[in-house]
Amino acid sequence: MTEGKEEKGKYTTVSIPTPLAEKIKKRIEGTGFNSISSYVTYVLRELLASMEEEEEEAFSKEDEEKIKERLRALGYLD
Amino acid sequence: MPAPHGGKLIRRVDENKNIDDIEKIKVSRDLAHDLENIAYGVFSPLEGFMCREDFESVLHHMRLANDLPWTIPIVFDFDGNIKEGDEVALVGENGTVAIMNIEEIYSYDKKEYAEKVFRTTDIAHPGVKKLTEMKEKLVGGKITLVKEGKEEFDKYYLKPYETRILFKEKGWRDIVAFQTRNVPHIGHEYVQKTALTFVDGVFINPIIGKKKKGDFKDEVILKAYDALIEHYYLKDRAVLAILKTEMRYAGPREAIFHAIVRKNFGCTHFIVGRDHAGVGNYYGPYDAHEIFNEFPDLGITPIFFKSFFYCKKCGGVVNEKICPHDKEHHVYYSGTAIRKMLMSGEMPPETMMRKEVAEIIMSYDNPFVD
Ligand SMILES: [Zn+2]
Repeated sequence: MTEGKEEKGKYTTVSIPTPLAEKIKKRIEGTGFNSISSYVTYVLRELLASMEEEEEEAFSKEDEEKIKERLRALGYLD
Repeated sequence: MPAPHGGKLIRRVDENKNIDDIEKIKVSRDLAHDLENIAYGVFSPLEGFMCREDFESVLHHMRLANDLPWTIPIVFDFDGNIKEGDEVALVGENGTVAIMNIEEIYSYDKKEYAEKVFRTTDIAHPGVKKLTEMKEKLVGGKITLVKEGKEEFDKYYLKPYETRILFKEKGWRDIVAFQTRNVPHIGHEYVQKTALTFVDGVFINPIIGKKKKGDFKDEVILKAYDALIEHYYLKDRAVLAILKTEMRYAGPREAIFHAIVRKNFGCTHFIVGRDHAGVGNYYGPYDAHEIFNEFPDLGITPIFFKSFFYCKKCGGVVNEKICPHDKEHHVYYSGTAIRKMLMSGEMPPETMMRKEVAEIIMSYDNPFVD
Protein backbone atom coordinates (compact mmCIF):
# COMPACT_ATOMS: atom_id res chain seq x y z
CA MET A 1 0.00 0.00 0.00
CA THR A 2 3.00 2.31 -0.39
CA GLU A 3 2.11 5.60 -2.07
CA GLY A 4 3.28 6.06 -5.62
CA LYS A 5 4.51 2.51 -6.02
CA GLU A 6 1.34 0.95 -7.36
CA GLU A 7 1.66 1.47 -11.07
CA LYS A 8 -1.22 -0.84 -11.99
CA GLY A 9 -3.91 0.38 -9.60
CA LYS A 10 -6.35 3.22 -9.87
CA TYR A 11 -6.05 5.99 -7.34
CA THR A 12 -7.49 9.43 -6.97
CA THR A 13 -6.46 12.34 -4.78
CA VAL A 14 -8.61 13.51 -1.89
CA SER A 15 -7.77 16.67 0.02
CA ILE A 16 -7.73 16.74 3.80
CA PRO A 17 -6.69 19.64 6.06
CA THR A 18 -2.95 19.77 6.76
CA PRO A 19 -3.32 19.68 10.58
CA LEU A 20 -5.38 16.49 10.24
CA ALA A 21 -2.74 14.97 7.98
CA GLU A 22 -0.07 15.87 10.57
CA LYS A 23 -2.14 14.27 13.30
CA ILE A 24 -2.52 11.09 11.26
CA LYS A 25 1.19 11.06 10.53
CA LYS A 26 1.89 11.04 14.27
CA ARG A 27 -0.85 8.50 14.90
CA ILE A 28 0.59 5.91 12.50
CA GLU A 29 4.20 6.12 13.65
CA GLY A 30 5.40 2.64 14.52
CA THR A 31 2.23 0.96 13.24
CA GLY A 32 1.86 -1.21 10.16
CA PHE A 33 0.52 1.76 8.20
CA ASN A 34 3.26 3.15 6.01
CA SER A 35 1.43 6.17 4.63
CA ILE A 36 -1.32 8.62 5.47
CA SER A 37 -3.24 7.34 2.45
CA SER A 38 -3.18 3.74 3.59
CA TYR A 39 -4.49 4.77 7.02
CA VAL A 40 -7.23 6.98 5.62
CA THR A 41 -8.23 4.16 3.26
CA TYR A 42 -8.40 1.74 6.17
CA VAL A 43 -10.52 4.03 8.34
CA LEU A 44 -12.94 4.87 5.55
CA ARG A 45 -13.40 1.23 4.62
CA GLU A 46 -14.10 0.36 8.22
CA LEU A 47 -16.57 3.19 8.57
CA LEU A 48 -18.41 2.38 5.36
CA ALA A 49 -18.55 -1.32 6.21
CA SER A 50 -20.10 -0.56 9.59
CA MET A 51 -22.85 1.43 7.87
CA GLU A 52 -23.82 -1.23 5.38
CA GLU A 53 -27.22 -2.68 6.02
CA GLU A 54 -28.27 -6.26 6.20
CA GLU A 55 -30.29 -7.46 3.27
CA GLU A 56 -33.05 -9.98 3.73
CA GLU A 57 -33.16 -12.96 1.40
CA ALA A 58 -36.02 -12.84 -1.05
CA PHE A 59 -37.48 -16.32 -1.28
CA SER A 60 -41.07 -17.13 -1.98
CA LYS A 61 -42.82 -19.20 0.70
CA GLU A 62 -42.95 -22.03 -1.80
CA ASP A 63 -39.23 -22.00 -2.56
CA GLU A 64 -38.38 -21.80 1.10
CA GLU A 65 -40.56 -24.82 1.86
CA LYS A 66 -38.82 -26.79 -0.91
CA ILE A 67 -35.44 -25.96 0.56
CA LYS A 68 -36.58 -27.01 4.02
CA GLU A 69 -37.84 -30.26 2.57
CA ARG A 70 -34.40 -31.07 1.18
CA LEU A 71 -32.77 -30.11 4.48
CA ARG A 72 -35.13 -32.45 6.33
CA ALA A 73 -34.53 -35.26 3.84
CA LEU A 74 -30.79 -34.96 4.37
CA GLY A 75 -31.17 -34.96 8.14
CA TYR A 76 -30.13 -31.34 8.69
CA LEU A 77 -33.55 -30.39 10.06
CA ASP A 78 -35.97 -32.41 12.15
CA MET B 1 -26.78 -13.09 9.63
CA PRO B 2 -24.32 -11.12 7.52
CA ALA B 3 -25.32 -10.03 4.03
CA PRO B 4 -23.49 -11.98 1.32
CA HIS B 5 -20.22 -10.47 0.12
CA GLY B 6 -21.11 -7.51 -2.07
CA GLY B 7 -24.65 -7.32 -0.62
CA LYS B 8 -26.49 -9.84 -2.78
CA LEU B 9 -26.40 -13.63 -3.03
CA ILE B 10 -25.57 -14.46 -6.62
CA ARG B 11 -27.77 -17.04 -8.31
CA ARG B 12 -27.07 -17.79 -11.95
CA VAL B 13 -29.01 -20.92 -12.80
CA ASP B 14 -31.18 -21.61 -15.83
CA GLU B 15 -32.15 -25.25 -16.12
CA ASN B 16 -34.32 -24.64 -19.19
CA LYS B 17 -31.54 -23.35 -21.38
CA ASN B 18 -31.07 -25.42 -24.53
CA ILE B 19 -27.42 -26.05 -25.33
CA ASP B 20 -27.81 -28.35 -28.37
CA ASP B 21 -26.37 -25.83 -30.83
CA ILE B 22 -23.66 -24.44 -28.59
CA GLU B 23 -20.01 -25.45 -28.80
CA LYS B 24 -19.05 -27.68 -25.86
CA ILE B 25 -15.77 -27.45 -23.98
CA LYS B 26 -14.72 -30.11 -21.50
CA VAL B 27 -13.46 -28.80 -18.17
CA SER B 28 -11.76 -30.37 -15.14
CA ARG B 29 -13.60 -31.44 -12.01
CA ASP B 30 -12.13 -28.51 -10.09
CA LEU B 31 -13.28 -26.02 -12.69
CA ALA B 32 -16.74 -27.61 -12.76
CA HIS B 33 -16.91 -27.18 -8.98
CA ASP B 34 -16.09 -23.51 -9.27
CA LEU B 35 -18.76 -23.10 -11.96
CA GLU B 36 -21.29 -24.29 -9.39
CA ASN B 37 -19.72 -22.11 -6.70
CA ILE B 38 -20.21 -19.06 -8.88
CA ALA B 39 -23.72 -20.06 -9.94
CA TYR B 40 -24.93 -20.69 -6.37
CA GLY B 41 -23.31 -17.63 -4.83
CA VAL B 42 -20.60 -19.39 -2.85
CA PHE B 43 -18.28 -16.95 -4.59
CA SER B 44 -20.65 -13.93 -4.44
CA PRO B 45 -20.26 -11.30 -5.85
CA LEU B 46 -18.52 -13.09 -8.74
CA GLU B 47 -20.83 -13.83 -11.66
CA GLY B 48 -18.27 -15.56 -13.82
CA PHE B 49 -14.59 -16.11 -14.35
CA MET B 50 -12.57 -12.96 -13.83
CA CYS B 51 -11.83 -10.54 -16.63
CA ARG B 52 -8.49 -8.77 -16.70
CA GLU B 53 -9.46 -5.77 -14.60
CA ASP B 54 -10.60 -7.87 -11.66
CA PHE B 55 -7.77 -10.35 -12.09
CA GLU B 56 -5.09 -7.67 -11.93
CA SER B 57 -6.76 -5.82 -9.11
CA VAL B 58 -6.86 -9.07 -7.11
CA LEU B 59 -3.20 -9.72 -7.79
CA HIS B 60 -2.02 -6.25 -6.87
CA HIS B 61 -4.52 -5.02 -4.28
CA MET B 62 -6.23 -8.17 -2.99
CA ARG B 63 -9.51 -6.53 -4.00
CA LEU B 64 -11.87 -6.66 -6.95
CA ALA B 65 -11.91 -3.68 -9.27
CA ASN B 66 -14.92 -2.37 -7.29
CA ASP B 67 -12.80 -2.38 -4.08
CA LEU B 68 -14.44 -5.40 -2.43
CA PRO B 69 -11.92 -7.67 -0.66
CA TRP B 70 -10.96 -10.67 -2.82
CA THR B 71 -7.61 -12.41 -2.68
CA ILE B 72 -7.62 -15.47 -4.96
CA PRO B 73 -7.97 -15.25 -8.75
CA ILE B 74 -10.96 -17.26 -9.99
CA VAL B 75 -9.97 -17.82 -13.58
CA PHE B 76 -10.51 -20.10 -16.54
CA ASP B 77 -7.38 -20.99 -18.51
CA PHE B 78 -7.98 -22.09 -22.07
CA ASP B 79 -6.11 -22.14 -25.37
CA GLY B 80 -8.70 -23.49 -27.80
CA ASN B 81 -10.33 -21.82 -30.71
CA ILE B 82 -12.78 -19.32 -29.22
CA LYS B 83 -13.16 -15.57 -29.54
CA GLU B 84 -14.60 -12.73 -27.52
CA GLY B 85 -18.38 -12.56 -27.94
CA ASP B 86 -18.78 -16.33 -28.29
CA GLU B 87 -21.16 -18.34 -26.16
CA VAL B 88 -19.83 -21.76 -25.15
CA ALA B 89 -21.02 -24.61 -22.95
CA LEU B 90 -18.57 -25.81 -20.30
CA VAL B 91 -19.06 -29.46 -19.46
CA GLY B 92 -17.53 -31.21 -16.45
CA GLU B 93 -16.98 -34.94 -16.25
CA ASN B 94 -19.27 -35.06 -13.21
CA GLY B 95 -22.14 -33.80 -15.37
CA THR B 96 -21.95 -30.08 -14.59
CA VAL B 97 -23.02 -27.96 -17.56
CA ALA B 98 -22.78 -24.19 -17.71
CA ILE B 99 -23.01 -21.57 -20.40
CA MET B 100 -20.23 -19.02 -20.55
CA ASN B 101 -20.28 -15.73 -22.44
CA ILE B 102 -16.73 -15.04 -23.50
CA GLU B 103 -16.15 -11.39 -22.62
CA GLU B 104 -12.39 -11.19 -22.66
CA ILE B 105 -9.40 -13.35 -23.58
CA TYR B 106 -6.15 -12.11 -22.07
CA SER B 107 -2.60 -13.15 -21.35
CA TYR B 108 -1.02 -13.06 -17.90
CA ASP B 109 2.36 -13.34 -16.25
CA LYS B 110 2.67 -16.62 -14.35
CA LYS B 111 5.71 -15.47 -12.41
CA GLU B 112 3.91 -12.39 -11.16
CA TYR B 113 0.82 -14.49 -10.35
CA ALA B 114 2.95 -16.88 -8.29
CA GLU B 115 4.83 -14.13 -6.46
CA LYS B 116 1.67 -12.28 -5.54
CA VAL B 117 -0.65 -15.16 -4.67
CA PHE B 118 1.77 -17.78 -3.31
CA ARG B 119 4.61 -15.48 -2.22
CA THR B 120 7.02 -17.85 -3.99
CA THR B 121 7.94 -19.04 -7.46
CA ASP B 122 9.29 -22.34 -6.13
CA ILE B 123 7.94 -25.12 -8.33
CA ALA B 124 7.89 -27.42 -5.30
CA HIS B 125 4.92 -25.39 -4.02
CA PRO B 126 1.76 -27.24 -5.18
CA GLY B 127 -0.01 -24.02 -6.18
CA VAL B 128 2.95 -22.84 -8.22
CA LYS B 129 3.28 -26.24 -9.82
CA LYS B 130 -0.35 -26.18 -10.90
CA LEU B 131 0.09 -22.66 -12.23
CA THR B 132 2.98 -23.72 -14.47
CA GLU B 133 0.68 -26.35 -15.98
CA MET B 134 -2.04 -23.81 -16.76
CA LYS B 135 -2.77 -22.67 -20.33
CA GLU B 136 -1.24 -19.40 -21.48
CA LYS B 137 -4.48 -17.44 -21.82
CA LEU B 138 -7.25 -16.64 -19.38
CA VAL B 139 -10.86 -16.33 -20.43
CA GLY B 140 -13.22 -14.04 -18.53
CA GLY B 141 -16.98 -13.80 -18.66
CA LYS B 142 -20.26 -14.51 -16.90
CA ILE B 143 -21.53 -18.05 -16.54
CA THR B 144 -24.96 -19.57 -16.08
CA LEU B 145 -25.40 -23.06 -14.68
CA VAL B 146 -27.65 -25.30 -16.77
CA LYS B 147 -27.14 -28.59 -14.97
CA GLU B 148 -25.66 -29.46 -11.61
CA GLY B 149 -23.11 -32.28 -11.49
CA LYS B 150 -23.73 -35.51 -9.61
CA GLU B 151 -21.15 -36.61 -7.10
CA GLU B 152 -20.38 -38.97 -4.30
CA PHE B 153 -20.83 -36.64 -1.36
CA ASP B 154 -23.92 -34.78 -2.47
CA LYS B 155 -25.76 -35.45 0.76
CA TYR B 156 -23.26 -33.10 2.41
CA TYR B 157 -23.50 -30.52 -0.38
CA LEU B 158 -25.37 -27.44 0.82
CA LYS B 159 -25.54 -24.15 -1.03
CA PRO B 160 -25.57 -20.74 0.64
CA TYR B 161 -29.31 -20.29 0.05
CA GLU B 162 -29.79 -23.56 1.96
CA THR B 163 -27.41 -22.92 4.85
CA ARG B 164 -28.93 -19.49 5.34
CA ILE B 165 -32.38 -21.01 5.75
CA LEU B 166 -30.96 -23.84 7.86
CA PHE B 167 -29.28 -21.44 10.29
CA LYS B 168 -32.45 -19.37 10.52
CA GLU B 169 -34.56 -22.45 11.22
CA LYS B 170 -32.14 -23.52 13.92
CA GLY B 171 -32.41 -20.10 15.48
CA TRP B 172 -28.70 -19.45 15.11
CA ARG B 173 -27.64 -15.81 14.89
CA ASP B 174 -23.91 -16.07 15.51
CA ILE B 175 -22.30 -18.87 13.58
CA VAL B 176 -18.63 -19.78 13.55
CA ALA B 177 -17.17 -21.50 10.50
CA PHE B 178 -14.39 -24.03 10.65
CA GLN B 179 -12.41 -24.73 7.50
CA THR B 180 -10.67 -28.08 7.30
CA ARG B 181 -8.89 -30.52 5.02
CA ASN B 182 -8.03 -32.96 7.76
CA VAL B 183 -9.46 -35.61 10.04
CA PRO B 184 -10.15 -34.13 13.46
CA HIS B 185 -7.84 -34.65 16.41
CA ILE B 186 -8.46 -33.40 19.94
CA GLY B 187 -6.77 -30.07 19.17
CA HIS B 188 -9.24 -29.34 16.37
CA GLU B 189 -12.16 -30.29 18.60
CA TYR B 190 -11.01 -27.85 21.28
CA VAL B 191 -10.65 -25.01 18.80
CA GLN B 192 -14.18 -25.57 17.53
CA LYS B 193 -15.72 -25.99 20.96
CA THR B 194 -13.93 -23.00 22.44
CA ALA B 195 -15.33 -20.84 19.64
CA LEU B 196 -18.73 -22.51 19.94
CA THR B 197 -18.92 -21.49 23.60
CA PHE B 198 -19.45 -17.89 22.49
CA VAL B 199 -21.77 -18.39 19.51
CA ASP B 200 -24.92 -20.34 18.61
CA GLY B 201 -23.54 -22.95 16.25
CA VAL B 202 -20.48 -24.27 14.47
CA PHE B 203 -20.43 -24.80 10.72
CA ILE B 204 -17.82 -27.46 9.96
CA ASN B 205 -16.99 -27.10 6.31
CA PRO B 206 -14.35 -29.47 4.91
CA ILE B 207 -12.92 -28.79 1.48
CA ILE B 208 -13.62 -31.52 -1.04
CA GLY B 209 -11.59 -31.48 -4.22
CA LYS B 210 -8.11 -31.89 -5.50
CA LYS B 211 -5.59 -32.24 -2.71
CA LYS B 212 -2.00 -33.21 -2.59
CA LYS B 213 -0.55 -36.68 -2.22
CA GLY B 214 -0.61 -37.84 1.38
CA ASP B 215 -3.68 -35.77 2.39
CA PHE B 216 -6.60 -37.70 3.84
CA LYS B 217 -9.21 -38.87 1.34
CA ASP B 218 -12.43 -36.87 1.29
CA GLU B 219 -14.55 -39.81 2.34
CA VAL B 220 -12.33 -40.48 5.37
CA ILE B 221 -12.57 -36.86 6.53
CA LEU B 222 -16.38 -36.85 6.27
CA LYS B 223 -16.87 -40.18 8.01
CA ALA B 224 -14.44 -39.14 10.75
CA TYR B 225 -16.40 -35.93 11.36
CA ASP B 226 -19.70 -37.80 11.34
CA ALA B 227 -18.33 -40.00 14.11
CA LEU B 228 -16.97 -37.06 16.10
CA ILE B 229 -20.23 -35.12 15.89
CA GLU B 230 -22.36 -38.15 16.70
CA HIS B 231 -20.46 -38.93 19.88
CA TYR B 232 -19.14 -35.59 21.11
CA TYR B 233 -21.28 -32.69 19.82
CA LEU B 234 -24.81 -31.52 20.49
CA LYS B 235 -26.81 -32.18 17.36
CA ASP B 236 -28.37 -28.73 17.55
CA ARG B 237 -25.02 -26.98 17.66
CA ALA B 238 -23.08 -28.40 14.71
CA VAL B 239 -23.63 -28.58 10.99
CA LEU B 240 -21.30 -30.53 8.70
CA ALA B 241 -21.36 -29.67 4.99
CA ILE B 242 -18.78 -29.68 2.25
CA LEU B 243 -17.19 -26.95 0.18
CA LYS B 244 -16.34 -28.18 -3.29
CA THR B 245 -13.26 -26.31 -4.34
CA GLU B 246 -9.60 -27.14 -4.64
CA MET B 247 -7.01 -26.22 -2.04
CA ARG B 248 -4.76 -23.51 -3.42
CA TYR B 249 -2.21 -23.63 -0.57
CA ALA B 250 -1.97 -19.84 -0.76
CA GLY B 251 -1.73 -19.41 3.03
CA PRO B 252 -2.74 -15.91 4.16
CA ARG B 253 -4.52 -14.97 0.92
CA GLU B 254 -6.46 -18.20 1.01
CA ALA B 255 -7.48 -17.54 4.61
CA ILE B 256 -9.22 -14.34 3.48
CA PHE B 257 -10.81 -16.20 0.58
CA HIS B 258 -12.01 -18.97 2.91
CA ALA B 259 -13.53 -16.37 5.23
CA ILE B 260 -15.40 -14.62 2.40
CA VAL B 261 -16.87 -17.93 1.23
CA ARG B 262 -18.12 -18.71 4.75
CA LYS B 263 -19.65 -15.26 5.00
CA ASN B 264 -21.64 -16.16 1.90
CA PHE B 265 -22.89 -19.30 3.64
CA GLY B 266 -24.22 -17.02 6.40
CA CYS B 267 -21.50 -17.33 9.02
CA THR B 268 -20.60 -14.42 11.29
CA HIS B 269 -17.24 -15.72 12.53
CA PHE B 270 -14.37 -17.61 10.99
CA ILE B 271 -11.71 -19.65 12.79
CA VAL B 272 -8.17 -18.98 11.65
CA GLY B 273 -5.67 -21.44 13.02
CA ARG B 274 -1.95 -21.90 12.80
CA ASP B 275 -0.53 -21.85 9.26
CA HIS B 276 -4.00 -21.66 7.71
CA ALA B 277 -4.04 -23.08 4.15
CA GLY B 278 -0.27 -23.28 4.29
CA VAL B 279 2.09 -25.89 2.94
CA GLY B 280 5.76 -26.58 3.67
CA ASN B 281 7.51 -23.55 5.15
CA TYR B 282 6.31 -20.97 2.66
CA TYR B 283 4.34 -18.93 5.20
CA GLY B 284 4.97 -17.91 8.78
CA PRO B 285 2.76 -19.80 11.27
CA TYR B 286 0.66 -16.72 12.00
CA ASP B 287 0.91 -14.79 8.69
CA ALA B 288 -2.70 -15.77 8.05
CA HIS B 289 -3.70 -13.95 11.25
CA GLU B 290 -1.92 -10.72 10.36
CA ILE B 291 -3.38 -10.36 6.90
CA PHE B 292 -6.86 -9.78 8.36
CA ASN B 293 -5.64 -6.36 9.59
CA GLU B 294 -5.75 -5.19 6.00
CA PHE B 295 -9.46 -5.97 5.66
CA PRO B 296 -11.54 -3.96 8.13
CA ASP B 297 -14.41 -4.22 5.65
CA LEU B 298 -14.44 -8.01 5.30
CA GLY B 299 -17.85 -8.44 6.91
CA ILE B 300 -17.01 -11.60 8.85
CA THR B 301 -15.11 -11.65 12.13
CA PRO B 302 -11.96 -13.75 12.27
CA ILE B 303 -11.24 -15.64 15.48
CA PHE B 304 -7.57 -16.37 15.87
CA PHE B 305 -6.36 -19.47 17.62
CA LYS B 306 -2.99 -20.58 18.82
CA SER B 307 -2.64 -24.34 18.73
CA PHE B 308 -4.03 -26.36 21.61
CA PHE B 309 -2.01 -29.01 23.46
CA TYR B 310 -2.40 -31.20 26.51
CA CYS B 311 -0.68 -30.02 29.72
CA LYS B 312 -0.01 -32.67 32.34
CA LYS B 313 0.27 -30.04 35.07
CA CYS B 314 -2.95 -28.25 34.14
CA GLY B 315 -4.52 -31.64 33.63
CA GLY B 316 -6.34 -30.54 30.53
CA VAL B 317 -6.28 -29.20 27.01
CA VAL B 318 -4.82 -25.70 26.93
CA ASN B 319 -2.88 -23.32 24.74
CA GLU B 320 0.00 -20.92 25.28
CA LYS B 321 -2.36 -18.13 26.29
CA ILE B 322 -3.74 -20.01 29.27
CA CYS B 323 -1.08 -22.45 30.48
CA PRO B 324 1.89 -21.12 32.51
CA HIS B 325 3.87 -24.38 32.59
CA ASP B 326 7.07 -25.44 30.87
CA LYS B 327 7.19 -27.37 27.63
CA GLU B 328 8.27 -30.56 29.39
CA HIS B 329 4.71 -30.93 30.72
CA HIS B 330 3.11 -30.57 27.31
CA VAL B 331 1.90 -33.17 24.83
CA TYR B 332 1.41 -31.72 21.34
CA TYR B 333 -1.19 -32.83 18.83
CA SER B 334 1.03 -33.45 15.91
CA GLY B 335 -0.81 -34.30 12.71
CA THR B 336 2.40 -35.89 11.47
CA ALA B 337 2.80 -38.09 14.54
CA ILE B 338 -0.83 -39.19 14.39
CA ARG B 339 -0.45 -39.93 10.68
CA LYS B 340 2.61 -42.08 11.35
CA MET B 341 0.73 -44.09 13.97
CA LEU B 342 -2.23 -44.60 11.69
CA MET B 343 0.01 -45.69 8.82
CA SER B 344 1.72 -48.31 10.96
CA GLY B 345 -1.65 -49.60 12.15
CA GLU B 346 -1.15 -48.24 15.65
CA MET B 347 -4.14 -46.70 17.48
CA PRO B 348 -3.39 -43.07 18.47
CA PRO B 349 -3.89 -42.50 22.21
CA GLU B 350 -7.26 -41.10 23.26
CA THR B 351 -5.51 -37.98 24.52
CA MET B 352 -4.72 -37.22 20.87
CA MET B 353 -7.65 -38.54 18.91
CA ARG B 354 -11.11 -39.80 19.81
CA LYS B 355 -11.33 -43.57 19.65
CA GLU B 356 -14.40 -43.43 17.38
CA VAL B 357 -12.54 -41.20 14.93
CA ALA B 358 -9.38 -43.32 14.92
CA GLU B 359 -11.42 -46.48 14.34
CA ILE B 360 -13.03 -44.98 11.24
CA ILE B 361 -9.66 -44.02 9.79
CA MET B 362 -8.13 -47.40 10.58
CA SER B 363 -10.99 -49.21 8.87
CA TYR B 364 -9.52 -48.04 5.54
CA ASP B 365 -6.71 -49.93 3.84
CA ASN B 366 -5.36 -46.64 2.63
CA PRO B 367 -6.95 -43.48 4.02
CA PHE B 368 -4.59 -41.20 2.10
CA VAL B 369 -4.62 -39.65 -1.38
CA ASP B 370 -2.21 -41.48 -3.70
ZN1 LIG C 1 -0.21 -26.14 32.08
